Amino acid sequence: MIGFIRSLGRWGLGTLERLGRGHIFLMHTLAGLPGLFLRPALVIQQLFSLGVLSVLIVLISGLFVGMVLGLQGYNTLVDFGAEESLGVLVSLSLVRELGPVVTALLFAGRAGSALTAEVGLMKSTEQLSGMEMMAVDPVRRVIAPRFLAGFISMPLLAAMFSAIGVIGAFIVGHGLLGVDEGAFWSQMQTKTDWYGDVMNGVIKSIVFGFVVTWIALYEGYDATPTSEGVGRATTRTVVHSAFAILGLDFVLTALMFGDI
Amino acid sequence: MLQKKSTEILVGLFVALGIGALFMLAMKVSNLADFSDERGYQVTAQFQNTGGLKVRSPVTMAGVRVGRVAAIELDPITYNAKVTINMHPQFDNIPADTSASIFTAGLLGEQYISLDAGADDFYLQDGDELMLTQSALVLEQVIGQFLYSVAEGN
Repeated sequence: MIGFIRSLGRWGLGTLERLGRGHIFLMHTLAGLPGLFLRPALVIQQLFSLGVLSVLIVLISGLFVGMVLGLQGYNTLVDFGAEESLGVLVSLSLVRELGPVVTALLFAGRAGSALTAEVGLMKSTEQLSGMEMMAVDPVRRVIAPRFLAGFISMPLLAAMFSAIGVIGAFIVGHGLLGVDEGAFWSQMQTKTDWYGDVMNGVIKSIVFGFVVTWIALYEGYDATPTSEGVGRATTRTVVHSAFAILGLDFVLTALMFGDI
Repeated sequence: MLQKKSTEILVGLFVALGIGALFMLAMKVSNLADFSDERGYQVTAQFQNTGGLKVRSPVTMAGVRVGRVAAIELDPITYNAKVTINMHPQFDNIPADTSASIFTAGLLGEQYISLDAGADDFYLQDGDELMLTQSALVLEQVIGQFLYSVAEGN
């Protein structure tokens, strides 16, 4: 009995400690951001590996999600004779929810896990301690550029996802199912609000980018420096990112779209 | 050096693609392109009942959109709804005795204001009021009247 309570206490203390270290880590990273204006090449290198290399998966997934939305939406709407509203259905669901959330999940799987593995391996091969020995702050040199690059990439990727999704739905809706082209676009434009819908989606994607990059970098930086530890850290990145994205999505939706 | 250059080009393309996607969302998907017609002149109209009319609902004349609803408020003296309409500046020759009615697009669609041109020699100015109005049709009232008239007939 005592042993159970003790292990519960150890677990609670350990979780609190990790949370605290995570926030101190975030503060260090944020403090390292201004120095990046002197060395933009570091950020551009990371924008390439986080952003450019994720474009293909985001575009392909976005296209197929949009096409599926077009098919499913049409099959439901046609029962009510409202198939002209397909554009509204697709644009609102993509711009408000699916764009930011699915992109963030893909980003966590594609870029977040790579970040954790990279930083964790740097730690286990003692490259980070090596930098410290040479009086180079690894947080400023390694972590901060990756953080900024992830933070910039996410909204851009989410915008691409939503845009290509709408195009995919248009291809299926107009080309395959014969929804009228004018009604598709005009209904979409009257019902989709720039500030209320598109900008809120952008805010969501910025928040998700911040959280996913933070979790990925922290898990890598805090990983047990063994091959098993790096593997576990990578798994934790994906799992924790998914939890954080879906949980935060509910909170943000309640704040921005619900009248709570 | 060459590799660094191509990295920079690809990152530049990536940023441009992202901003281009946002631009497409703004212009093609959302109603940002409509925002340019905000400036124009404003007229008001009093309705006994606005039904489901909302701010930014369209105002049409012969089916052509000539403005948008800018505000809906309750007049404290007459207890009618006072609707302010933003008219597009290009439609500046609408007769002053034009009448306004609230209609529904389709059976269950959204509600909009339809203007019927009058025959006055004077044109609507900024701040004018449309005197001839017809309220929204409330389905319950129509059904009530119908039942009442059926009962009368018997």
